[in-house]
Amino acid sequence: MKAAQGCVFKFGDNVDTDVIIPARYLNSSDPKELATHCMEDIDKDFVKKVHEGDIIVANKNFGCGSSREHAPISIKAAGVSCVIAETFARIFYRNAINIGLPIIECPQAAKEINAGDEIKVDFDSGIITDITTKKEYKGQAFPPFMQKIIDCEGLVNYINQKEK
Amino acid sequence: MGMTMTQKILAAHAGLPSVSAGQLIEADLDLVLGNDITSPVAIHEIDKMNVEGVFDKDKIALVMDHFVPNKDIKSAEHCKCVREFACKNEISNYFDVGEMGIEHALLPEKGLTVAGDVIIGADSHTCTYGALGAFSTGVGSTDMAAGMATGKAWFKVPSAIKFNIVGKPAKFVSGKDVILHIIGMIGVDGALYKSMEFVGEGIKYLSMDDRFTIANMAIEAGGKNGIFPVDDVTRDYMKEHSKRPFTEYEADPDAEYDEEYTIDLSALKSTVSFPHLPENTRTIDEVGDIKIDQVVIGSCTNGRMDDLRTAAEILKGRKVAKGVRVIVIPATQKIYLDAMEEGLLKIFIEAGAIVSTPTCGPCLGGYMGVLAKGERCISTTNRNFVGRMGDVDSEVYLASPAVAAASAVTGKISGPEEVVK
Repeated sequence: MKAAQGCVFKFGDNVDTDVIIPARYLNSSDPKELATHCMEDIDKDFVKKVHEGDIIVANKNFGCGSSREHAPISIKAAGVSCVIAETFARIFYRNAINIGLPIIECPQAAKEINAGDEIKVDFDSGIITDITTKKEYKGQAFPPFMQKIIDCEGLVNYINQKEK
Repeated sequence: MGMTMTQKILAAHAGLPSVSAGQLIEADLDLVLGNDITSPVAIHEIDKMNVEGVFDKDKIALVMDHFVPNKDIKSAEHCKCVREFACKNEISNYFDVGEMGIEHALLPEKGLTVAGDVIIGADSHTCTYGALGAFSTGVGSTDMAAGMATGKAWFKVPSAIKFNIVGKPAKFVSGKDVILHIIGMIGVDGALYKSMEFVGEGIKYLSMDDRFTIANMAIEAGGKNGIFPVDDVTRDYMKEHSKRPFTEYEADPDAEYDEEYTIDLSALKSTVSFPHLPENTRTIDEVGDIKIDQVVIGSCTNGRMDDLRTAAEILKGRKVAKGVRVIVIPATQKIYLDAMEEGLLKIFIEAGAIVSTPTCGPCLGGYMGVLAKGERCISTTNRNFVGRMGDVDSEVYLASPAVAAASAVTGKISGPEEVVK
């Protein structure tokens, strides 16, 4: 898997799917349209500030709440290359893997990395490097079962390969 | 080592003699569920798969409940997409306007969910069916698509937290107060990735509707599922609603739990979750003077007969406070009809409430009760996140139908005892 590198946007505990993509926009399932409202109810200028490849770092229980896959879809379509958190809510965790949005759990990185830092994430090793502070963290690499799904860039391709 | 109730159901569906926490398994599914928001995304994904049709047209349920009757053109297009998919694949359990209800009230009522099942649904409150002794959990649209195509899903076997329920609750203390109390105690990630297994002699005092409410909000503590043992209450409910055979599982005596809690129902009081997290709970005597603009009584959490009966008992012969809008939403067509025949709808309307066709509408700020900036709502729904019911500067307080109805009368958050004397 290709490493992610970008500038950090920092969020706190329990970032829920209603603030990631409010339900008033769920009458659309178009990734481009969803991307224009990403994080709108927690940081209304997020989509203006975020650049392709940037990385979200948050504290515990990121993505709690509804099962809407629109949440990781909007984050990915907004250009975010990876989400790092202390912990993820379980449905968001599955959804992110299933649509090919790389996510990684690392409590120490979630705590110490600052907003605006330039960081790099190597998914094969789970190593997170803060280029700004020159610190290194070991995140939880994906278990082998999920690695296969990610290698196929999502669940749909994984199933297609198995069927062949 | 013994297995929890959840682990036993998962082992049986994975064709394994036993499983343990942390193990990755692939399990056979008894039912795959989607709604009008999540199904269009799943249908788009299934179109990309090299599969022909669905695994079993009788084991898929598609319920149009979030934005129906359609609130705008885009939501109408979503429903049209699902309608066409259901028609093409001859899905037997497709529920549209006229037959639909809020999915988690509708499926047990239709007998589609029974004890021992493994169920996934592209809706986070799919955990509701644990009330019947099934393993059921929320997933996203891609998992739903894979489930519809293959009839299987992968799971990491969860560890569990045991809640030992004892004592008898006071009048007006309901399943909602039990689960809000628990979420307040363990937090919104207190059961992250885990099963919440409810056991104990106090369960006999909880009606089927109370149990649905409790299992429904397991996700609000981060839980993978919530599950109840099967007793006569469950058996009677399933026999009344379903022709499907069911399998009763119980945890091994030596099953291991990460944590154990005792919940004494006799000590519980009406409980309210303050904005903006379900864990921000206070008992009714700690609430203070909170004036409200709107009341919502309904949802997959609290839109069932018990809930409407309780609300009607409090509203009967009384009037909604001036300036308060009260929206009552029976969760299914059957509940609507039963409530009509029992005279409950008349009580609501005479009190000054409105009664809506079944919809998830206001719970997620979709329509039918969206809040303006600065407005407050007390609601029997399940989430009070920032902007959940409307403007980011509006507020949602979560409570039982009894508290919601009492608050409708007084115009501020109030316990039922304040009104029914």
